[in-house]
Amino acid sequence: MSSWLDYTINGLIVGNVYALVAVGLALIFGVSRLINFAQGSIYLVGAYIGWVAVVQLHTPLPLTIIVVAVAAAIVGLIIERFGLRPLQNSVRIAPLLATIGISFVLDQLVMLTFSPNPRALPSQLPDVRFQVGGGTIGPLDLLIAGVGLTSALLLFVFLRYSKLGWAVRATAQDRDAAMQMGVDVNRVNQAVFGIAAALGGVSGLLVGMYYNQIDTAMSLQATLKGVVAEVVGGAGNVPGAVIGSLLLGLVESYGVAVFGTSYRNLFAFLLLVVVLVLRPNGLFASARQAPPEPLTGTFIAPSRPVRIPRWALAVAAAIFAILPLFPVSFYVLQTLINAWLLGMLALSLTLVAGTIGQVSLGHAALLAIGAYTSALLSLTLNVPVGLAIIGGGLMSAALGTLLISPSFRLRGHYVSIATLAIGEIVSLVILNWESVTRGPIGISGIPPLSLFGTELISPTSIYWFSFAVMVVLALLQGRLLTSHLGRSFRAIRDDDIAARAYGLSLNRYKSLAFIFGGFAAGVSGGIAAHLYSYINHETFNTQQSILALTVVILGGLGNVVGAMLGAVALVGLPEVFRIAAEYRILIYGIVLLLLVRFRPQGLLGTI
Amino acid sequence: MAEQLNSMLSLRGLTRRFGGLTAVDAIDLDLAKGELVSIIGPNGAGKTTLFNLITGLDRPDAGEVRFEGQDVTGFSPERLAGEGIARTFQLGRVFGNLSVMDNVLIGAHTRLRAVKPTVPVIGPLLELGLALLRPSSVRNEEERLREEVKAILARFGERLLPRIDQPAYSLSYANRRRVEIARALALQPRLLLLDEPTAGMNPTETAEMQALVAELKAEGLTILLIEHKLEMVMRLSDCVIVMDEGKKIAEGPGEVVRSDPKVIEAYLGHGLSGTSEQESAA
Ligand SMILES: Nc1ncnc2c1ncn2[C@@H]1O[C@H](COP(=O)(O)OP(=O)(O)OP(=O)(O)O)[C@@H](O)[C@H]1O
Ligand SMILES: [Mg+2]
Repeated sequence: MSSWLDYTINGLIVGNVYALVAVGLALIFGVSRLINFAQGSIYLVGAYIGWVAVVQLHTPLPLTIIVVAVAAAIVGLIIERFGLRPLQNSVRIAPLLATIGISFVLDQLVMLTFSPNPRALPSQLPDVRFQVGGGTIGPLDLLIAGVGLTSALLLFVFLRYSKLGWAVRATAQDRDAAMQMGVDVNRVNQAVFGIAAALGGVSGLLVGMYYNQIDTAMSLQATLKGVVAEVVGGAGNVPGAVIGSLLLGLVESYGVAVFGTSYRNLFAFLLLVVVLVLRPNGLFASARQAPPEPLTGTFIAPSRPVRIPRWALAVAAAIFAILPLFPVSFYVLQTLINAWLLGMLALSLTLVAGTIGQVSLGHAALLAIGAYTSALLSLTLNVPVGLAIIGGGLMSAALGTLLISPSFRLRGHYVSIATLAIGEIVSLVILNWESVTRGPIGISGIPPLSLFGTELISPTSIYWFSFAVMVVLALLQGRLLTSHLGRSFRAIRDDDIAARAYGLSLNRYKSLAFIFGGFAAGVSGGIAAHLYSYINHETFNTQQSILALTVVILGGLGNVVGAMLGAVALVGLPEVFRIAAEYRILIYGIVLLLLVRFRPQGLLGTI
Repeated sequence: MAEQLNSMLSLRGLTRRFGGLTAVDAIDLDLAKGELVSIIGPNGAGKTTLFNLITGLDRPDAGEVRFEGQDVTGFSPERLAGEGIARTFQLGRVFGNLSVMDNVLIGAHTRLRAVKPTVPVIGPLLELGLALLRPSSVRNEEERLREEVKAILARFGERLLPRIDQPAYSLSYANRRRVEIARALALQPRLLLLDEPTAGMNPTETAEMQALVAELKAEGLTILLIEHKLEMVMRLSDCVIVMDEGKKIAEGPGEVVRSDPKVIEAYLGHGLSGTSEQESAA
C-alpha cells in the first residue's frame, strides 16, 4: 500500500536529517581539512539531551529544540578548544585520531549515563497524517522539513552577510591567505564547530522523534551517513552536502522499497565506495584537481624507536613461554590468550596503519572474514582446524585486500572513512547472506582448536598455541620490515608523491601490505572462532577496530614489539586494576586521546 | 637546438590550466643528450608545473612529451621513473622517518631485479616471498646497492656519510636537499630534473652544489635545471629558457638571454625575484 510517493517523501525527510549532519561536516572540512568523526556523537548527545528535556523537564517543542541546539553547540566548542586546538601544529594523523577518540569517549559517557537500552523519544506533535496526492505526510515530516530549510537559510545569511561568515568562507578558500589578512582562525574554527554541533544535535533530536526511539548505536551510523552524504556532495562543499544528503536519503528509501529494510545501510556504503572510487572529489567537483605540490607536514610523528636488544626480547619471550609451567591461575592464562589474539590483530593493523600509513577503521572485518572462513571450512568441509585457520588467514588476505583496494587511491582521512564503510559492508553482507553465513542466527558448534588431530582443550595448550602463532607472525613481520618492502612501505607512508616519482606503485605495495596484514588478522579471527565456538555478525565489531588502533598507537605506529606490548598492556592492565567492563572502552578512548596529545610516538616509538 | 637523433626530451605545445589560470602555456622545448638546459623565470611562472607535467605527477591539458623519441604524455610517474627520469622537488620531499641510507635506496627501487621478478599477475606475491626468504641473489643485490649508495653519498664529502643511519627529518635543510639529489642519482637517471637545488643554501653550500652539478654534466648526464641563482645558471647552462606567466619568453645562450629586454621587463615587472631568501625563511 505504500506508494512511491511515500518512499520519495520518506527519502527526502531522512535526507533532510542527514543534511543537518553533513552540512556541519562540510563546514568543518572546509576550514580545517578535517573529517570530524565525532559528529555522530554530538548527534547522539543531542538526542539524549532532547530526551531529558522532553521526558523529564517536559519542555515545549520550540524550547526543546533551542535547548538541544545550545547544549550541543557547547559540546562542539569544548571539543574544538580542548580536543583539537592543541593539535594544530602536530602531524596530520593526530586530529584524525583525536576525533575518533573523542567520539568514543562521548558515546561511552552517554552509554554509562543512560544505559545502552533504547528509549522512546515522543515527538510532542499530534499524530495525524494528511493525504498528499497518493501519499501521506505528518506534522513531524513538516517540522523536519521546516527545520532543515530554516537552518539552511540561517546558515546562508550567516555565511553571506556576517563578518564572521565571511571569515569562514575566506578560511575555507585559502587558509594561509586568510590568516595573512588578519582572520582569526581560532574564532573561525570555534564558529564552525559550534554551528556544526548545534545542527548535529538538533538532527539527533529529530531522528529520535521520527523513529520514537534513541539508543547509543545511533552515533556511528550518523557519522557514517553524514560522511557519505558529505563525500558524495564533495568534501567541504556546503550546498553539495545538502544535495548529497537528499540523494542518499532517496537512494536508501528506494533501496528499502525494493529489497527490504536490512539493506538500507548497504546502499549508503556502496554509494560511498562507488563515489570515492569514481569521483573522489564528489559528484559536483569542478575540474580534476592535481595535488598542490607542498603537501607539508608529515603524516606520523617523527621519532627514534626505542631499541630493545635481541636478548631482552628472547628473555621476555621465554618467560611468557614457560609461564603456564608455574602455578598461574586459569584467569591469568585466559587474559593472556585474549592479549595474544589482540596482539595478532595489532600486528596486522600496525603494518597497514603504521608502516604504510593507511589508518584502517574497519579492521575487525578482516577478523570476521577469517573467523567465518575457518568456521565454515571446518564445519561444512571437515577441514582439519589447523588448516582451516590458515585458510581463514588466506581468505582474509585475498578477500580483504580485494575489498579494501578501492581505498588505495585515497589518502589520509578518506582511507579511514572508506575502510570504516567497507567494514560495515562486510558485516552487513554477513548478516544478509543467509545461505552461506546463516545470517543473524550466527554459526554455532564450531569445533575446538586442534593440531595434528589432538584437540587443544586445556587453557595451557591454547595459551601455547596462540602465543606461538603470534610470535611466528611477529618474526615474519620483523623480517618483512628489514627487507626492501619495509622501506618501500614506509616511503609511501611518508610521502606518496615522492614515492611514485621513484617508481613505487601505490596499488602494488598497499596490496602487499594488506595481504600480509590480512593474513595475520584472519588467523587471529580464525583462532577466535574455534575458541568461542559461536560467532555471529556482531562478534567482530567497530569497537575491536578502535581497540586495535589504540593498541597500535600505544605501542608505536609500525612497531612490531610495540603492538604486542600494547596488547598485553591494554588487555592486562584493566584486569590488574579490576576495572569494570563497562568503563574499559571509555578508558581506551581516553588513553587514545592522551597518547595523541602527549606521546604521539607511543611507548616504543614509530618505526 | 638538437637534431632529432640524439634528442633526449622534447616538449610540444605543452599546456596546463588551473581554472582560469594557464600555468604552462604552449611550451616547446628540446633537450639533447648530455645537454644542460636551465629554466628561469619569476615566481609563479610555471616552472615547477612544467616539471610535474614531464614527470607524470600532473597531466597536460594539451601538448606532447617525448622522451628518447617515445611519446610518454600521460604516463604515470612510476612508469616514467622506470624509463629513467629522476627529479628533485623544490620544497624538499625526503622520506622523513627513513634513514639517509634508506632514502637513497628508494632511489634505486626501479633497478631492483632479483627481488622483483617481472612475472605477470603473481609478480607481487613472488616479491613478497623473496623479501621474506631472501635467497643469496636478493641479499647480494641489496648489498651491491648499499655499496653504491655509499659511493653516491661520498660525492657530498663528509656532509652525509657520517649521518647515513640518521632519520632524514633530523637533517639540516641543506642536507635534506643533498639527500634528494643522492636519491635521484641512485636511479641512474638518463634525464635529471633539478628544481632549485640550491634554494635555502648559503654561498659555500651553493658553490659546492654548483661544482657537483658541473661534475654530473661532465659525466654526460642530461640535466634540466630550475634555478633562481643566475650566476650558477650562466656558468652551467648550454641554453637558458625564460618563462613568464606560463609562456616561454626567451631562449638561447645565457649572455644573450640576460640582456633580452623582454626578460628584464618580466623580472622588473614582477619585482626582482628573491626566492632564495623566501625559501630559507620558510
Ligand atoms: N595544483 C594547483 N592548483 C592550482 N593552481 C596551481 C597549482 N599548482 C600551481 N598552481 C599555480 O600555477 C602557477 C605556476 O606555479 P609554479 O609552481 O609552476 O610556479 P614556479 O615557476 O615554479 O614558481 P616558483 O619560482 O615560486 O617556484 C602559480 O600561479 C600557481 O599558483
Ligand atoms: Mg617552483
